[in-house]
Amino acid sequence: MKIYNAKPILIGLAIFIGLATFPLWFNMGKAAPPPDPKLDTPVIQRMAVKQCIMPKDQMRTEHMQLLNDWRTEVVRNNNRIYTASDGKQYNMSLQNECMNCHSNKSQFCDQCHIYAGLQADATPYCWTCHIAPKENK
Amino acid sequence: MGIKFSLLTVVALVLAVFLGVKAAGLQYFFGVIFPYAAIFIFLVGFIYRILKWARSPVPFRIPTTAGQQKSLPWIKQNKIDNPSTTAGVVARMALEVLLFRSLFRNTKVELREGPKIAYQWEKWLWLAGLAFHWSFFIILVRHLRFFTEPVPFFVHMTDRLDGFLQVGLPGIYITDLLFLAAVTYLFIRRVVIPQVRYISLPADYFPLFLLMALGLTGVLMRYFTKVDVVKVKELALGLVTFQPKVPEGIGVLFYIHFFLICTLFAYFPFSKLMHLGGVFLSPTRNLPNDSRMKRHINPWNYPVKVHTYAEYEDHFRDKMIEAGLPVEKE
Repeated sequence: MKIYNAKPILIGLAIFIGLATFPLWFNMGKAAPPPDPKLDTPVIQRMAVKQCIMPKDQMRTEHMQLLNDWRTEVVRNNNRIYTASDGKQYNMSLQNECMNCHSNKSQFCDQCHIYAGLQADATPYCWTCHIAPKENK
Repeated sequence: MGIKFSLLTVVALVLAVFLGVKAAGLQYFFGVIFPYAAIFIFLVGFIYRILKWARSPVPFRIPTTAGQQKSLPWIKQNKIDNPSTTAGVVARMALEVLLFRSLFRNTKVELREGPKIAYQWEKWLWLAGLAFHWSFFIILVRHLRFFTEPVPFFVHMTDRLDGFLQVGLPGIYITDLLFLAAVTYLFIRRVVIPQVRYISLPADYFPLFLLMALGLTGVLMRYFTKVDVVKVKELALGLVTFQPKVPEGIGVLFYIHFFLICTLFAYFPFSKLMHLGGVFLSPTRNLPNDSRMKRHINPWNYPVKVHTYAEYEDHFRDKMIEAGLPVEKE
């Protein structure tokens, strides 16, 4: 069987296969290790009960929404007190509360954010207004 | 009939993966085996379909075009709508693929009182089609962030442009809204216009429902009941680096979404979705109108035995001279 106009068709097909398999050859068979956010800051190590304001799994998926709600509460409603589900009260503040324990932004926040494809300097846009903690490297 | 069948098929697919993951614990099947099979079917099927089409003979030029063809030097040629060169054909094809130019010329015919025939400007199909295809493409590019490490710059760029409204967290993507709106419009159009409904088959409804379900699960996963994207990326990276593993604790919504897209990929080569490759092979779009400049030999012509006049004369010269008929060579 003859292929008519074989040259343009085969070139087009090769380009398509190249694009369609982009993830295969881009990673070259090497799986990057999954991120490993560190929880060994001095403040956390001094804590008797190591727990965040929500369970870990919930924090992993919901923290961005929580931060967004906090922002609304503080900036628009002038309410700085957050009551966790266990009744404990927290100060709604990224810089003073969250980053007090998780003072290791590059070892904690950035680990997953960069892995998940959020650009460290652009999104999440927390740090376009907030001041990132100083870290000793 | 077509609607019900297609809808039930999509619902059955969603139920199958829901039960498979929730009750039977088939995470490995839905997370690894089926995706590999789907991509394999997609690539092999795509190549097979294109090569099959490439084996049909190319017809003569079909100048069904909307512009002046190349003619006398003082008549201006429309070089894109009626190209006579490869460059013109490339431009026409690019406009067709990127902007759906033929669809832009879409008109609606109506019989009015009189009876009078009326042609109307009809751009909604073009607009919705364009919105749908471009959104889908941008969404596809955005998803590369799960399949690459480090994430390449153009994915970040697309992501930033798409999310530039910065509404809420995780930020709203413009294409998410456009995609759902466009797919909904394309579906409603099919159901509401009687003529279109009459010619619609399950093969038309099924991809629409599949894409709708795909969009809805994606939106649910991003904005409402979230899944752990880090684990999702671990799974995706494992697949593309051929070291598949299924991390524990990814929500069932992810498996539904993933199964639906794999179904779409596996279904692709057997369906009308093959217009992705087929558009490049449209004879009215990819053939230059150069019938008057180049000789095109019909590829399915069989060799015809001819007897030219010169041969005829050679054959009968003596008899012709004898009969007093004029001959060209003595």
